[in-house]
Amino acid sequence: MSETLEQIVKDMKERFAAESTEYAGDKTLILSPEYLLAAIQTLRDEYHFNMIVDVTAVDYWPQQEPRFHVVYHIYSMLNNDILRVRVPLNGNGPHLDTIEKIYPGANWKEREVWDLFGITFDGHSDLRRVVMPYDWQGHPLRKDYPLGYEEVQFTFNAAEIDKRKPYAKD
Amino acid sequence: MGLEEKTGNMGVVTTTLEYVVNWSRTNSMWPLLFGLACCAIEMMGAQASNYDLSRFGMELNRASPRQSDLMIVAGRVSRKMAPVLRQLYDQMPDPKWVLAMGDCASCGGVFNNYAVVQGVDEVVPVDVYVSGCPPRPESLIHGILTLHEKVKKEKITHWA
Amino acid sequence: MTNIREVTVDELRHLVSDRAMTGETMLLNMGPQHPSTHGVLRLLLELDGEIVVNCIPDIGFLHTGVEKNMEAKTYQKAEVMTDRLDYMNSIGNNLAYCLAVEKLVDLDVPVRAQVLRVILAELQRISSHLLWLGTSCLDLAAMSVFLYAMREREMILSVMEMISGQRMMTTYIRPGGVWRDVPQEFVPAVQQIVEVMPGRIAEYESMLTKNMLFTERTQGIGVISAEDCARYGLSGPVIRGSGVAFDLRKARPYSGYEQYDFEVPTYDTGDIFGRYMVRMEEMRQSVRIVRQALSKLSNGPVRSDNRKFVPPPRSEIGVSMEALIHHFKLWTEGFNAPKESVFVTTESPRGILGVFMEGDGGPKPYRVHYVTPSFVNLQSMPLLTRQHFVADVVGIIGSIDIVLGDADR
Repeated sequence: MSETLEQIVKDMKERFAAESTEYAGDKTLILSPEYLLAAIQTLRDEYHFNMIVDVTAVDYWPQQEPRFHVVYHIYSMLNNDILRVRVPLNGNGPHLDTIEKIYPGANWKEREVWDLFGITFDGHSDLRRVVMPYDWQGHPLRKDYPLGYEEVQFTFNAAEIDKRKPYAKD
Repeated sequence: MGLEEKTGNMGVVTTTLEYVVNWSRTNSMWPLLFGLACCAIEMMGAQASNYDLSRFGMELNRASPRQSDLMIVAGRVSRKMAPVLRQLYDQMPDPKWVLAMGDCASCGGVFNNYAVVQGVDEVVPVDVYVSGCPPRPESLIHGILTLHEKVKKEKITHWA
Repeated sequence: MTNIREVTVDELRHLVSDRAMTGETMLLNMGPQHPSTHGVLRLLLELDGEIVVNCIPDIGFLHTGVEKNMEAKTYQKAEVMTDRLDYMNSIGNNLAYCLAVEKLVDLDVPVRAQVLRVILAELQRISSHLLWLGTSCLDLAAMSVFLYAMREREMILSVMEMISGQRMMTTYIRPGGVWRDVPQEFVPAVQQIVEVMPGRIAEYESMLTKNMLFTERTQGIGVISAEDCARYGLSGPVIRGSGVAFDLRKARPYSGYEQYDFEVPTYDTGDIFGRYMVRMEEMRQSVRIVRQALSKLSNGPVRSDNRKFVPPPRSEIGVSMEALIHHFKLWTEGFNAPKESVFVTTESPRGILGVFMEGDGGPKPYRVHYVTPSFVNLQSMPLLTRQHFVADVVGIIGSIDIVLGDADR
């Protein structure tokens, strides 16, 4: 972990009332949602984090406050640092500002988070489902969404499952 | 008559219509050029230099379902893909056959979850299942030859 | 099953130009079953005559639910899924996964295993580039390159089969090392590939690089600037083809890549031809790395001896009760990982391959997320295809080397 990243995290903590954690050399900045846009803009313009690597989310259901963490990974080619930014969100239908204007590459990644977690990004230009069918119900990567497991056939239950299985006709 | 004078005595071959039609169907069975996932790479391997599927009259992959006889479902079928797959199947002219290549197409494979159709036989009727994840090109060729055996046994009364 | 929901024009209104609404431009659907989309990609093209006005990619036809499924399996069992994400780079996916697990539970890897990982990852890179070369040239109507490239690819696949018993989905790299030591025939077989490959790469180049049929279809087509690459997060040969020497093997070395001497090829034009040149040179550099790695291959263990995370070798189970207990515990219950999260990045043949992994103190990962290069690179399709002929779209798809399993997960 480089000293510049240490300094950046320290600055960000002061300017945006953030918290930070570290594990195995990964620095994490925990931001509250209202500061997200300003903080990301600052990180890109002043601290040279010019590349968006990832936007994803983690669901902590049944915990409600916060239920979700939206996780950003941004990379600085100049300093060769990766910084993780976590934004905790409460409730079942959370909203967050989009960072698409700052990093155009976040467009699809935010669509994916909306598709799989149901987190709405306000101001997003094209918030459609990206990997699931358009008419799909629910958001599969939420922890309260079932895996959709189909029972495995063994000798004792093969016939029973076979009866239920919707085989195609010509 | 004209032909015999030119070619000499060709002799007479007697056979059944059933046999001739089935024989010709097996020897020019054109697969649909349709790859889904990992198995498609092995399917390409089967058509490339080392395994050379054209030995069985099957080198011509047609990209249009209207011109193909065999659909090789090579890979996992997601819920989003299933209607498309069925549409392709419906567009193929009769007679048509389906070969489920690999574990995912046969039964869902390792992906027992919300997104993957647990066996493509839920969407289209399957003639031959080929196991493996992905199957070797040899397995695919074996599956195709098994299908040929099946086609050769078809009865005139069952023709579509 | 057969009911397909139709997307209304209103839903697309913000994506296409106003001229599409009056019928001046045409909306053309390409895929998901199309011979040149390298899998099940669907592109909605807005055409003005033959010129592409806009291109709207639609993915998800191969969405497999891997990330959800991995949450239901222990750390060892979830690894099997990773091969099947980016099926052209299964070793690289295993590697990224294992690096994440090793970082999460703080596990060391023996030197021999590190070197084996590098050899296999580079062989896999060559095989992936070979398949890219074959298929993308096939799209440009160059059939013979495909047959040549698949011939060499079989050599690499036979090495994979030798070490793991599987040609493609090896799951050979495991947390804490590799599955087991390589057989004796491994080194001669790899040496043969290393001997043969440079000549074969020259053979492909002699067919393509100065071939007018090829250059006319590739030069000046699908140009993207270095700034746009960074803004969109593009990586791998795409950004290197635009003149940025950005390679994570150099920038953030893993598995001991810092010990190898290799160059990061770049090309300035940023078009299809530039990406082609970069990939061809990358194959040469991979051969160079494999050659160096073979000389580094020393004897020693191939798995960590930390028995809390890595199962003991077979030979120990018969004689040691402790080993038997560890084996049993690890394969039934798995190991516990701390309630923390890690992020690792590797350089896949297509770009940045990252794994974000979060543990919850139990034996199953709480969340695994794959940051996949194809997903990111596909986003740039509107940018790359705008104002090009519709016939060039297939060349551009080929040049960014997408794998749909990688994009959809």
